[in-house]
Amino acid sequence: MTQLDTLQATTPQKKKLHPRVKALLRPGFLLGFFILSSSILLAVFPWAFAPYDPNAFDFNAIQKSPSWAHPFGTDNLGRDTLSRVIWAYQVDMQIAFFATFFAMVIGVIVGSLVAYHGGIADVLFGRLVDVTITFPFLVLVIAVVAVLGPGLTNMYVAVTLVQWVYYARLTRAEIMTQMTSDYASAGKVMGYSSTRIIFRHLLPNATTPLITYWMTDMALAILLGSSLGYLGLGAQPPQAEWGVLIAEGRNFITTAWWMSLMPGIAIVVTGLGFSLVGDSLADVLRPRGAS
Amino acid sequence: MTYEAPVLEVEDLHLHFPLKRTLFDAIQRKQKRIVKALNGVSLEVKRGETLGIVGESGCGKSTLARCLARLYEADAGKIHYDGQEVAAKDAAALREYNRKVQMMFQDPYSSLNPRMTVRQVLSEALRVHNMRPPEQINDRIAELLDLVRLPQDAADKLPYEFSGGQRQRIAIARALSVEPEVLVADELVSALDVSVQAQVVNLLLELQDKLDLTILFVAHDLRLVRHVSHRVAVIYLGTIVEIGDSEQLFNAPKHPYSKALLAAAPSLDPDKRHTRPSISGELPSPLNVPKGCAFHARCPHASGQCQSETPRLRALDELGKVACHHAEALLSA
Amino acid sequence: MTNQNESLLQVRDLTTTFHSKGRVLRAVDGISFDVRAGEVLGLVGESGSGKSISLRSIIGLARDYGTVEGNVYWKGEDLLTQTDKQLQCVRGSQISMIFQEPMTSLNPLLTVGLQIEENLKAHTDLDRRARKARAIELLDMVGIPSASSRLKDFPHQFSGGMRQRVMIAIALASNPELLLADEPTTALDVTIQDQILQLLLSLAKDLNMAIVLVTHDLGVVAQTCDRVAVMYAGRLVETGSVRDVLKRPQHPYTLGLLKSVPENMPPRTPLYSVPGTPPALDALPKGCAFAPRCHKAEDVCLGTKPPLSVLGDGISSACHFTADIREEVLA
Repeated sequence: MTQLDTLQATTPQKKKLHPRVKALLRPGFLLGFFILSSSILLAVFPWAFAPYDPNAFDFNAIQKSPSWAHPFGTDNLGRDTLSRVIWAYQVDMQIAFFATFFAMVIGVIVGSLVAYHGGIADVLFGRLVDVTITFPFLVLVIAVVAVLGPGLTNMYVAVTLVQWVYYARLTRAEIMTQMTSDYASAGKVMGYSSTRIIFRHLLPNATTPLITYWMTDMALAILLGSSLGYLGLGAQPPQAEWGVLIAEGRNFITTAWWMSLMPGIAIVVTGLGFSLVGDSLADVLRPRGAS
Repeated sequence: MTYEAPVLEVEDLHLHFPLKRTLFDAIQRKQKRIVKALNGVSLEVKRGETLGIVGESGCGKSTLARCLARLYEADAGKIHYDGQEVAAKDAAALREYNRKVQMMFQDPYSSLNPRMTVRQVLSEALRVHNMRPPEQINDRIAELLDLVRLPQDAADKLPYEFSGGQRQRIAIARALSVEPEVLVADELVSALDVSVQAQVVNLLLELQDKLDLTILFVAHDLRLVRHVSHRVAVIYLGTIVEIGDSEQLFNAPKHPYSKALLAAAPSLDPDKRHTRPSISGELPSPLNVPKGCAFHARCPHASGQCQSETPRLRALDELGKVACHHAEALLSA
Repeated sequence: MTNQNESLLQVRDLTTTFHSKGRVLRAVDGISFDVRAGEVLGLVGESGSGKSISLRSIIGLARDYGTVEGNVYWKGEDLLTQTDKQLQCVRGSQISMIFQEPMTSLNPLLTVGLQIEENLKAHTDLDRRARKARAIELLDMVGIPSASSRLKDFPHQFSGGMRQRVMIAIALASNPELLLADEPTTALDVTIQDQILQLLLSLAKDLNMAIVLVTHDLGVVAQTCDRVAVMYAGRLVETGSVRDVLKRPQHPYTLGLLKSVPENMPPRTPLYSVPGTPPALDALPKGCAFAPRCHKAEDVCLGTKPPLSVLGDGISSACHFTADIREEVLA
């Protein structure tokens, strides 16, 4: 109801809590924030939380089911699963960041430039998008890793090579929408340079969906990293990584189910943290007064 | 009458937007469709005057405004500023032109960056054009706010905290910050309520006198245009059909289209009702502009000549020009 | 309910409130008016004055998102107490409505013919053939050229003015006695606005249909309405015949509104503008809603809400100082 909106717009806001702070004080964001901050803590100081050395064999405690001594049980070599899951945070949080950050930076820059300048670059970019989204994402990444060879760094390169297109596509669409606003035209009339208009005016107004997408993408990157680890193309054993852990447990799924289940739960919980925070950030980052 | 050199001179401006041909169109061998937004517009704007530009939506008045503010590059035709041709080659001159000719937009909700405070908006403009040394920028912002009658505490607020009328004042302040000579106001007050409209119009007139501004006032509200303009141009399908002294044009329009447009505007006087629509039919699509006089299909006086021959804009007296083959005959009738 | 036979529609103490984030917005604040058979009543005000919400409250569209109180008598029945199902018999048949945006109020996926026939199917017992004939007749009546060939066209194939004509044809399909028109010409150009208004007037006359026309344009009111009701901050401030209200306004707000329109005044002179802004709808003043902006306001205005009182010659005004205003207008 547009009528209703104008009614509300004429009413002055009561000043109590800052509305942005208020928007954050809800269960979804608080839970997500708790999960993410704990994950980061675990990733930075794994030694402080892990009860055992993640790579220490204990042949007296092979495939022990969860107990007070080993809350997540032990694996086929007697390593403590809880400690391995905790040490894996380091790798997986890294994956979440490095597998998405560079793709985002490149995508945002390319997407903004093609959107603003248009022309032949935009046409070529359109074709590139068509080609990229025709292939299933995972297949494309696996193909690139196959060429570069397995390992974490190569995985980052592979994901960035494919994923930046998605960021660029999103940025391009957002910038195009913003460009229809008169403030963009006003910038041109004021004689501002295109760099200033893009990066000072248009891009800040296009960040909301980008940040949300980035959050979701980090969750997906963990899944992807785990999948590649599972397939033996990402992190290499004995490196503790959730996908690697699940892969190690797969032969013992009937006898030692905790070996695969526990890292699986870690993936789900961390992913949940990212998407909860992403959802709330979308509301908070939206400029005030916009609906 | 003393001869005043025009500050802006537009000569035979054309602007066509080709529509994208879809694959389907190509298969059907359809011709490329072209929106003919401007079809040879020529006009002069004298220093210090207000030139009103009126017409129905889709007639090209906004396109003309955007061409003058150089948001669109015309396909053909010339723009002269102070007698100098504004050409794409000379970057420094273009920059100077961009500063001297400022534009204000219709939608108060999209013409300001929602993430920038008023201070950021104004200081950006002042810095980019080096209008003031950095230490004087805050003083200048205070001056500008005074100029558009906004309170000083407005400076550190975001656009959403302002009403539509206040936002348009901010837009005016932004335009004025670079000390322009010409303001192009594209439907500046159309989105506002009547009483707020009055405030903004009063402000604009006051600023014009104070700062010696030249204003192009593009609007569809004829009453407002009449009120603010010294001269008025009536546009129909991308061409000027009549241009001249405001009072004369509104009291005695010469072109049949101007007549119909004025008659259609609802008067506040309930005793002046008409019982029959002033004009039948609708504005043809700018995708296919009729041959000859673009208005002939809706014109009650159209003859064979009107269907084949495009009328030139010619002077009937010293106060105005009209583009109609039968202007003299209609005048004496 | 003594004079029910004289009026087609009687609105009594209509109040519509919205609840949003703990605030109560009073969009319509106890308005009462009558609509007589065959008359054109203008409901005029600035944005946020509650004119559109009033219209929507009458026909039961506002209750989906707000609380509507008061009475709306239509042929002796109170529409506000009726269920949606009961309202369906009235809506679209006895009372029709047209909206501002002819682009969005038609279904883009159905042909125009289907959309007219849909209404005929719901409210008449014509058979398929007769419905088609009637649809052509209706399109013809609202001035759409070569009506029979355009039945199969989709809304996007019509221009804005033609779409509004289609909307009117749909609204007229079942011979309504009352047409509610919510800013029907605001999105249109003056020449098209002129055509549509003339069309509405001639249809109202031919079909003996009453119209409530919501608009913000006093010119449109002057050119089309028999009577006018001026709204401010959810309340009626003045009602009366168009000639009386526009030529001799009795309320300072009406006077201010009229004076801010640049007509019949020397060019480039300062326009009058009412100082200040309308009150927030969740904090309406205790007394007269216009008092904070009124040059006449005294203590009584701030403390007591002036009733809409009849001033002899068919004009009613809600102002404590009507007599003074009258002198000011005549001076």
